[in-house]
Amino acid sequence: MTESTTWAGTDVAALQRQADRRHRWGRFGLYAGAILFAFLAAFPFSWALISMFKESNDLYVKENNPFWFNESPTLEHLRLLFLETNYLTFIRNTVLVGLAVTAITLAVSLPAAYALARLRLRWGERMGIAIFLVYLIPPTLLFIPMTRVITSLGLQESLLSLILVYPTITIPISSWLLMGFFKGIPMDIEEQAMVDGHSRMGAIARVVLPLMFPGIIAVVVFAFTLASHEFIYALAFNKSSAVKTIATGVPTELVRGDVFFWQSLQGAVIMIAVPIALLFNAFLDRFISGFTMGAVKG
Amino acid sequence: MPFSTTGGDRVWSAAGDPHSAIVAVVEVRDLRKEFGEVVAVDGVDLRSEEGEFLVLLGPSGCGKTTLLRMIAGLEQPTEGEIRIGGEDVSRLPPRARRIAMVFQSYALYPHMTVANNIAFPLKAQGMDPEARNEKVEWAAGLFGIEGLLQRRPRQLSGGERQRVALARALVREPTVFLLDEPLSNLDAKLRAAARDDLMEFQRRIGITTIYVTHDQVEAMGMGDRIAVMDHGRIRQLGTPEEVYHHPADVFVAQFLGSPPMNLLETPGFLFGFRPEQFLPEGVAADEGTRVPFTFHVNRIEYLGSERFLYGFIREYDETRVIAMLPATVTLPISIDQDHKFSVAKDQLRFFDYDDGAKIAPQPLMR
Repeated sequence: MTESTTWAGTDVAALQRQADRRHRWGRFGLYAGAILFAFLAAFPFSWALISMFKESNDLYVKENNPFWFNESPTLEHLRLLFLETNYLTFIRNTVLVGLAVTAITLAVSLPAAYALARLRLRWGERMGIAIFLVYLIPPTLLFIPMTRVITSLGLQESLLSLILVYPTITIPISSWLLMGFFKGIPMDIEEQAMVDGHSRMGAIARVVLPLMFPGIIAVVVFAFTLASHEFIYALAFNKSSAVKTIATGVPTELVRGDVFFWQSLQGAVIMIAVPIALLFNAFLDRFISGFTMGAVKG
Repeated sequence: MPFSTTGGDRVWSAAGDPHSAIVAVVEVRDLRKEFGEVVAVDGVDLRSEEGEFLVLLGPSGCGKTTLLRMIAGLEQPTEGEIRIGGEDVSRLPPRARRIAMVFQSYALYPHMTVANNIAFPLKAQGMDPEARNEKVEWAAGLFGIEGLLQRRPRQLSGGERQRVALARALVREPTVFLLDEPLSNLDAKLRAAARDDLMEFQRRIGITTIYVTHDQVEAMGMGDRIAVMDHGRIRQLGTPEEVYHHPADVFVAQFLGSPPMNLLETPGFLFGFRPEQFLPEGVAADEGTRVPFTFHVNRIEYLGSERFLYGFIREYDETRVIAMLPATVTLPISIDQDHKFSVAKDQLRFFDYDDGAKIAPQPLMR
């Protein structure tokens, strides 16, 4: 080692080699972790995808390879799912409830969040906290009084019951979420639009809402996901097959007594899960992206 | 004529002609604004001249931004009247006041290109796309930002953002320009250039401009007149020379100037002088009309172009004062010693002992 490669008694070249080695191991660890998680995430999908085409014999014989076909695949279970259950009705109901709940949630929580974030009213702060407290009450506590309310309104056995009750869960959370997004958009931009020739509503529509897009998407996904997976209310209010959603319809009609229609269950789940996963993926960067970065201050 | 609006009642003619723009006088009468218990603006009367560059200067919290926001219509006054071009606009929303405002942050719309940012006020007016494009190009040309039209705000430097904000303000053909500390986000080097840009632009357009700042260098350098504000009131309105050399009260005297005016107390009144007027004996020419003091120097700061001398005056209860000697005065000054210093008689300023207001010169007795 010559004098020029040491500094204050330290071997610079050795330090450099050590740093390089750490960097390589760091990269290796990162990729190994990513691959592991990708495998963990994909495994249930691939297993369900194979199982849904398996003959019952193939599935239930313990000696068979669970990860591949031991007998030739069959469409029998999908036929059962589509033709002998109300699966398509469940999907339609879920979409209807999801759309209606999303619309109601946005219509209420956007103005609420705007008022809480922007207008300096005396009760604003306390209202915000009150809304947050509502969101801490678990639905398992609320479903008994809610059932009484729905029955006295005569809304049981209809999709309207879910359309009216789900917003009680989605609105507080969405208002809270959107409030944060509104606060993240500088007041200057809105006022600038008002000076530039718009009313407050015009300024919000043209300047604030486009910047709120990630927040609105988050609310849409949240409301829609809730409508498609909520179980307690959906089970308590609606018993007849024609008004069930996926969340209640699939487990109640594909598990008859102690007989599980495993392949049809797998099929029912995967046909819902894959589109939702793709949708999430498409908007993932919208959630994350710093949309207003550099807009106001350099 | 680089541009004329189609179908409008007014024509925006050559950018070089200062009389082409519609110039309006801004007037506020007895304007008050209270936020709950806090009085932000406390009865302000102010009238701009046509085409004037009027600066509102004051420390933070003095009400200058609130006053500007009331003129813009972003804040409702508690009491009082705002007139633009002779018309009472107190109850009009911002969009109806024919003003343009540039915010401290520039408030560019982050989701739009520079071209769409500039076109935004025109779209709001419902101008057709062809006329709009023509006007955007004209405004961009005026500020030398033609090359940036397809960029987004986050891809611009601070100086470029200012130009985009100004171009957007200009296309509206406002009658009044309101600027809220537009230079405070820029670094010091860029600030001088941006100030130059801004002045050049205002002179060319000749539009009445109200400019809010807490920076006295900006105020002195840019303003035709300066309104010095404190605690929601205007303490003095005057040209930079007037507010610097003839401050209306102790607040103005000590707010302007860096270092501020030295103030001394004597029975019955206060008096003061600027640090640069406080010179060692033998340096100033007019010895006969000067008032002598014994200056005990504690510390010297050498700043290249000048020297700051920190110390106190023996005759007045050892009041601390600062002297500023230009680099042309090379006389050696030793520290921890008394020196003979003096101030020209006509450079002494006198203030009332109780309310701090300017009073006529008084005889100094010791």
